Amino acid sequence: MKTKYTICAGMVALSASIVTSGVALAADPVRVTQQGKQFSEKNVNLSAGQEIIFVNNDTVAHNVYTIVQGKKRDLGLQKSGEEDSITFDAAGTYRVRCAIHPKMKMVVKVD
Amino acid sequence: MNIVKSVSAVTILGITLTGISTLITADVHDMRDAYKRPSSIPFPEENPYGAEKAELGKQLFFDPRLSRENNLTCGSCHNPSFAWEDAQATSVGTPMSRLGRHTPTVLNLAWGEIFFWDGRAETLEEQALGPIQAGGEMAQDMDLLIHELKAVPGYVESFEDVFPGEGVTPENIGKAIATYERTIVSAQAPFDAWVEGDEDAITDAAKRGFELFNTKAKCVACHDGWNFTDWGFHDIGLDDRDEGRFEVLEIDALKHSFKTPGLRNIVERAPYMHDGSLKTLEEVVDHYNDGFNARPSLSPEMVQLNLTEDEKSDLVAFLRTLSSDDPEVSLPKLPN
Repeated sequence: MKTKYTICAGMVALSASIVTSGVALAADPVRVTQQGKQFSEKNVNLSAGQEIIFVNNDTVAHNVYTIVQGKKRDLGLQKSGEEDSITFDAAGTYRVRCAIHPKMKMVVKVD
Repeated sequence: MNIVKSVSAVTILGITLTGISTLITADVHDMRDAYKRPSSIPFPEENPYGAEKAELGKQLFFDPRLSRENNLTCGSCHNPSFAWEDAQATSVGTPMSRLGRHTPTVLNLAWGEIFFWDGRAETLEEQALGPIQAGGEMAQDMDLLIHELKAVPGYVESFEDVFPGEGVTPENIGKAIATYERTIVSAQAPFDAWVEGDEDAITDAAKRGFELFNTKAKCVACHDGWNFTDWGFHDIGLDDRDEGRFEVLEIDALKHSFKTPGLRNIVERAPYMHDGSLKTLEEVVDHYNDGFNARPSLSPEMVQLNLTEDEKSDLVAFLRTLSSDDPEVSLPKLPN
């Protein structure tokens, strides 16, 4: 987590030169927690290039996955306290699910 | 969150003032609140409940003409006399051949998420059509079945009443059977009476078993909620080459994983596990205690429990309180 915040702070300092060169900055990551065998969000809207950090705050293991551009994006087994992220580069609608607990599901819309 | 924090504060105070037994009692009360029965059956918007639809579904469920040889019904394996299972390790299909997996109950499927032991059907409507057409099960050709049912005036009339303008179609067969299946709900058990506050409804051994279920024995990690299932998929370390859910969704954690069965009326549903390999609840408890195969895909929730013999006995006593005296199921009259 400290690393992520440090990068964000650095981005502020660099933003002037990035804007002038025409490169768009991805928005900050969105944090989604897993607790009580549920995702904290059912629907998330993102901009292309934005990422979701999936945090396991549960007492049991989870396994987040989705299909991105036809390919399975599998975060693997996440034990309690662990976190990992998926970056959504392309516009579209994505169904995210826990492979172990299929009642845990959310929809990600990327513009 | 504020409420949770308040409860914690009271619990802490309880230890200070009256000792550890107060904490245990308070925790057990909190635990059993998580098992309260729902007040109504959920039906999907795409296939809402209708009494005539459920009755049509019941007729189809118990009609042997749905099988190729006209000798098997859905109820042949999902037998209400055995809590909607069949008391065999694995059932017999067409042509009199053993199936690969144990028959799961159809109790309480209205609350299900994805269906079959390996979750290969996204809806109950889709699931209902699977065994009818599966080669080793009822082995029916769907086009032939539609032709057969359309030749029965009573069915043509019923389908038209329930699905006006659509009539006999595979989708409507699935919808009718799924609607009937959603009405199959286990009734009030002694455990439910205890959850509602009748302290005499279950024995002290069963109460101790319930606490173990939620603590040391870790059963609740997967068997949670009023139907005692997370509807999830776990490798519980049975010695079996069947890769289960992994054959449908290739994710490493799913190797050898199968759907968590609910535990309602579990006494009546022996033998146990997806392969029917364990004959008694005592064997099941022994398996979870230390009898599992610790392979790489084993669920991280599976750990050696070190239960004493008394604790194992208490767990089984608790499981026996989940049996309900369900009303007898009468066979429907079928159109001919």
